[in-house]
Amino acid sequence: MSPGFQGRPRSAEPALPPGQYLTEDFPVLSAGPTPKVPLETWEFVITTENGDERRWSWAELMALPQETAEVDLHCVTRWSKLHTSWQGISLDTLLDGLDTDAHFALAHSYGGYTTNLPLDDLRGGRAWVAHTYDGAPLHPEHGGPARLLVPHLYLWKSAKWVRGIKLRTMDQPGFWETAGYHDYGDPWREQRYQGD
Amino acid sequence: MTDMSYLDGNMLDGPLRELFAVDLSSATGRCESCGMVGPMAGLHVFSHAPGLVGRCPNCTEVMLRLVRSPDRAWLDLRGATFLQVPMPLDQPHPRPL
Repeated sequence: MSPGFQGRPRSAEPALPPGQYLTEDFPVLSAGPTPKVPLETWEFVITTENGDERRWSWAELMALPQETAEVDLHCVTRWSKLHTSWQGISLDTLLDGLDTDAHFALAHSYGGYTTNLPLDDLRGGRAWVAHTYDGAPLHPEHGGPARLLVPHLYLWKSAKWVRGIKLRTMDQPGFWETAGYHDYGDPWREQRYQGD
Repeated sequence: MTDMSYLDGNMLDGPLRELFAVDLSSATGRCESCGMVGPMAGLHVFSHAPGLVGRCPNCTEVMLRLVRSPDRAWLDLRGATFLQVPMPLDQPHPRPL
């Protein structure tokens, strides 16, 4: 008997998180109208718990070190898209040297959307402000000019049209987190709803 | 608002009927943000989302969010200061003392 007949065959693709299905297209999900943000007036602001601000214009953001990321996306509505290609600025770069004792972050967007996550999840090469998808400027329907990209959490945490991040000593639930969705949202632990 | 990616509030009829004994498709609501009073059926409902998001047709602020999991539902109406629901005249109702 060949040992090759033992066990399950290895899949060419990595396993998906529980309850997810694979999609090849890029579904557009949105809780509101797509905001139109001219690059001339676009800005990104990090506000500490003390009210101190770091502010970047579009040109200033583009002058920072750029990173590429190939990541898998997992949406809480159950689709997953693998090997997506992005370019952006690491949150490690944006947060570097910042004087803060905060443990939580609340991302906020043009159009009013918010989402919360632990500040640690924005560090360690796991989060970006992304402006390029698949080699082209990020389309507005996918969050352009720039969106947060935190692919290790469900995609609602990757705020489209991101405008800034508020650092907080207390966790403050965001748009979907106040309406039943999980505070953290780890797809591999299937943390979809409160209590999951 | 020229965005065509929403449905009108009539689509909330079915999802809300799960929660309420009254028919909210004929209810009137007041927007907390701009104060406009209008039929809930007139909301702009964004449904390609993790939940249903009903926005004021006048100011686009969120008036209603409805999230449905397999075993629970969450309704957030903080963006609506009241819901006015038509009631049948022949039904006994509490009166002021």
